[in-house]
Amino acid sequence: MPMVKIDGVEIEVPAGITVLQACEMAGVEIPRFCYHERLSIAGNCRMCLVEVKPGPPKPQASCALPVADKQEIFTTTPGVKKARNGVMEFLLINHPLDCPICDQGGECDLQDQAMAYGFDRSRYHENKRAVPDKELGPLVKTSMNRCIHCTRCIRFATEVAGVEELGATGRGESMEVTTYVEHALSTELSGNLVDLCPVGALTSKPYAYEARPWELRKTESIDALDALGANIRLDARDGKVMRVLPRLNEDVNEEWISDKTRHAIDGLRYQRLDRPYVRKAGKLVDATWSEAFAAIAAKLEGVDGKKVAAIAGDQCDAESMVALKDLMTALGSPNVDCRQDGAKLEAGVRSSYIFNAGIRGIDAADAVLFVGTDPRAESPVLNARLRKRYLSGRCTFASIGPAADFTYPVERLGAGPATLRDLVAGKLGFFEKFKAAKNPLIVVGMGALAREDGAAVLALVRELAEKVNAVRGDWNGLAILHTAAARVGGLDLGLVPGEGGRDVAGILAGCEKREIDVVYLLAADEIDTQKLGKAFVIYQGHHGDAGANRADVILPGAAYTEKPGTYVNTEGRVQLGQRAGYPPGEAREDWAILRALSERLGKTLPYDTLDQVRARLVAVNPSFAALDQQAAGLWGAFGKAGTVSDAPFTSPVANFYMTCPISRASRTMAECTASRRQLMAAE
Amino acid sequence: MLGDKDRIFTNLYGIHDWRLAGARARGAWDNTKAILDKGVDGIIDEMKKSGLRGRGGAGFPTGLKWSFMPKEVKDRPHFLVVNADESEPGTCKDRDIMRHDPHLLVEGCLVAGFAMRAHAGYIYVRGEFYHEAQNLIEAIKEAYAAGLLGDNACGSGWKFDLYVHRGAGAYICGEETALLESLEGKKGMPRLKPPFPAGAGLYGCPTTVNNVESIAVAPTILRKGAAWFAGIGRPNNTGTKLFCISGHVNKPCNVEEEMGIPLKELIERHAGGVRGGWDNLLAVIPGGASVPLLPKSTCDTILMDFDSLKNEGTGLGTAAVIVMDKSTDVVKAIARLSYFYKHESCGQCTPCREGTGWMWRVMERLVVGNARIEEIDALYDVTKQVEGHTICALGDAAAWPIQGLIRHFRPEIESRIRARTTKMAAE
Repeated sequence: MPMVKIDGVEIEVPAGITVLQACEMAGVEIPRFCYHERLSIAGNCRMCLVEVKPGPPKPQASCALPVADKQEIFTTTPGVKKARNGVMEFLLINHPLDCPICDQGGECDLQDQAMAYGFDRSRYHENKRAVPDKELGPLVKTSMNRCIHCTRCIRFATEVAGVEELGATGRGESMEVTTYVEHALSTELSGNLVDLCPVGALTSKPYAYEARPWELRKTESIDALDALGANIRLDARDGKVMRVLPRLNEDVNEEWISDKTRHAIDGLRYQRLDRPYVRKAGKLVDATWSEAFAAIAAKLEGVDGKKVAAIAGDQCDAESMVALKDLMTALGSPNVDCRQDGAKLEAGVRSSYIFNAGIRGIDAADAVLFVGTDPRAESPVLNARLRKRYLSGRCTFASIGPAADFTYPVERLGAGPATLRDLVAGKLGFFEKFKAAKNPLIVVGMGALAREDGAAVLALVRELAEKVNAVRGDWNGLAILHTAAARVGGLDLGLVPGEGGRDVAGILAGCEKREIDVVYLLAADEIDTQKLGKAFVIYQGHHGDAGANRADVILPGAAYTEKPGTYVNTEGRVQLGQRAGYPPGEAREDWAILRALSERLGKTLPYDTLDQVRARLVAVNPSFAALDQQAAGLWGAFGKAGTVSDAPFTSPVANFYMTCPISRASRTMAECTASRRQLMAAE
Repeated sequence: MLGDKDRIFTNLYGIHDWRLAGARARGAWDNTKAILDKGVDGIIDEMKKSGLRGRGGAGFPTGLKWSFMPKEVKDRPHFLVVNADESEPGTCKDRDIMRHDPHLLVEGCLVAGFAMRAHAGYIYVRGEFYHEAQNLIEAIKEAYAAGLLGDNACGSGWKFDLYVHRGAGAYICGEETALLESLEGKKGMPRLKPPFPAGAGLYGCPTTVNNVESIAVAPTILRKGAAWFAGIGRPNNTGTKLFCISGHVNKPCNVEEEMGIPLKELIERHAGGVRGGWDNLLAVIPGGASVPLLPKSTCDTILMDFDSLKNEGTGLGTAAVIVMDKSTDVVKAIARLSYFYKHESCGQCTPCREGTGWMWRVMERLVVGNARIEEIDALYDVTKQVEGHTICALGDAAAWPIQGLIRHFRPEIESRIRARTTKMAAE
């Protein structure tokens, strides 16, 4: 390991890092604009200049200079200070200095660094440059006068997002960052451009002029809009979530989040259920909590437990699901299910329903097979990780499923189960390649499992995994990619039909045949509510979506930003979400509603506090005790061998921007949907 | 003065046949196999001994540069790239080599390519040089037909292919790494160094980029011997050099002369002297637009080579001598150069992108005296903020002419400012 001397202090640093990184390790801060850990090195802002011995007499860009043994690095010499002041002056001469009306104000790299390296007046007496603003779609607002040409946005779009749509035209001071042909960015990760922009050139369009960073209360939480469980920060003012930003978690989302995670939050303001309702004479009318509970109690009076059923939704926290399950058990109902989409996953063997390799495992995989999934639509951030794996080289990708643009080359082997069957039988050339891989990864989407022959498909996948040696002590390459944030938690808690119980399809069939009298929908909106027949429907949730429309009693609950909740992501990582604001009106936390209802029904659930509910979670499944950890599940028997149909796999996500009650209520997501449609029509 | 027997470019003026037959008659392609038989080390050794310094402007020893290529060809092929993107204002030497003596360059490519263990060479020709590229392509065709290039070049058993690529007219593409970017089909923007092209150049493969003149003189040096070349000129500044003399001289010309020739002799003997006599001289830019100018007092005695010009705070550059007599508005002349650099800056890195525009705008005001005296110092300070802080040398090139102007002609600038201030006050 090289020894370097930074400002006279000797430090040993790992070989192969840059001088800038070495300085950071030594606790010496180096100003920078263009450098970003996750992007390629551009070295163009020249803010990070340092003097290095031995080396040329002029200052060097530390972000691009590799460390060498016995190197002496100087960061505080008059020469370095002069160079940085000079660069800062150059950056400011054409910068509009409109900080008072700039959304970046208060969290602007240029503003911050100008405090250290800037001067209080200008020597530049010429006119400032004017640059036309660009149209980048409904999420990214541009103010190109402010651009300092660091090219972070270009590098992000090209490298991470995989859409080569941003670039620079023109030369010298006429250089402009643009999309060449003006159109919205066709990536699901465009919001990250705003985070990356060190100045106010790219800001958030939906958040424009909404708030100043110092007015916001910051809450570290977990995203519930897809199954990745991205780590997020909720910035709220007066209890209202104003924006969502990513939090760093190398194991999950690195520092990216998808546009839905970031911008669907305006959906939290519309279509909210803010008080209980009871259906009277065919119409939903306002009610008090006790009236609503009374209506439920009256209905359940004397009803056989077997005629009661419950379905948990896609965004439920584990606390509310365990309470639901416990309540159903108390009522004597085995008819509980959390698989709204009808995925043929069983709760018994954990390895059969999680992304066993872990998201971090993607970095180690050297051959990836997608089965019935379009990861770009189902989890764009996870797909960016796959793209990163592609860029680092020596990894092959193949897919059996819908034709999709993955943003990296993927060989499409076929469309449906027949191809999978042939692959398992070793009839396809890819089989040998896959078998030869050291760490083969099989990403299975709900498009392959949420169908009649899902169990047989799962059995085939399992057979393939074993045949290609994808399941070993040190590697489990079976990776189930969920689309619902609540699904793994639900399966962990056993929210599947008990002895003689019905699954979602069975419950709906039972409703139609009047074998089920009461259905409890815990924020479940993705089912066909037409099929609920004449059943008495209790809907507990936060949005007036499909479920609430059909309900006979509505119990207003809390959305994921309004309650502390436990979520288990697709790889089986247990994470805690926090409350950033309170639910509107009379709405309450979901587990507490179930607890209150149970008392009214005379089946009081044995917990009064959140801690007690969480203790109950651990009692049901010890994996809830280990927070923020990931491990492959135990291998066991799962799937059910059988015949598979010829129907091709389809992705469960037809429109990335609208997949849940929140995103369906979001106007921003509606704009994104329209913009994407327009883009696709233009193509 | 250089004798005719020591000239390398014997058809510099295009009087003779530029095609293969003519070139052969002048000695090109004469037993090239024997040169290649010296082997890689033999050739590089000879080039080092000759003391040839790169003719593109920086003056880096050519033999040493060739020796930086990896000793073995591993998984990545080696490439030779010839920089024929000659765009430095005042410079027109490579152009005459390509149109009047292209075979010197083609043969040089084979020899240099062989010495770098490269099987392919690319000549990046400035976009505006249409006819030059045509002649060059024609010469390459002839060489292929005669078996001088191709699978068994000159019967040496070495496979060597040569390609001509035409640029699109950006000055910055003459910077070696920007040239590589452009050659790869990207926007011409200089790369960060390290890695240097010898480690990771064209398509990430080991590459050496040389100027046309450096390559074109190589076969003659190897044929006549390093001692011959090293015997011309002064120590560390050896050999012959093409000088491009333009501006206020009676007979602007290109001429091959020995290194270290006095500037006065060069101008008087070959360019017919300064318009209106030597005493009418105001200043000379000795090495293309990028280097600081020299006032007449220095021009009287200065020798034209790398080291003596460097000692005077300027440089030999491409040896494009731009002569300005006393009728010249020297501030306006430098302001025009500033506009050129502002126009040609690639826009990648901050000091150059922002600084070139700033400098030009201030220069334009200085031309008419619309400034305060302190702004001269501020401008000088700005040039110092650009110089040495950029990715490539264009920032330096933009700063140096202004520094030279302020160094030598500050009184002229000040008097314009005073004159305007007085005039404004009177009005």
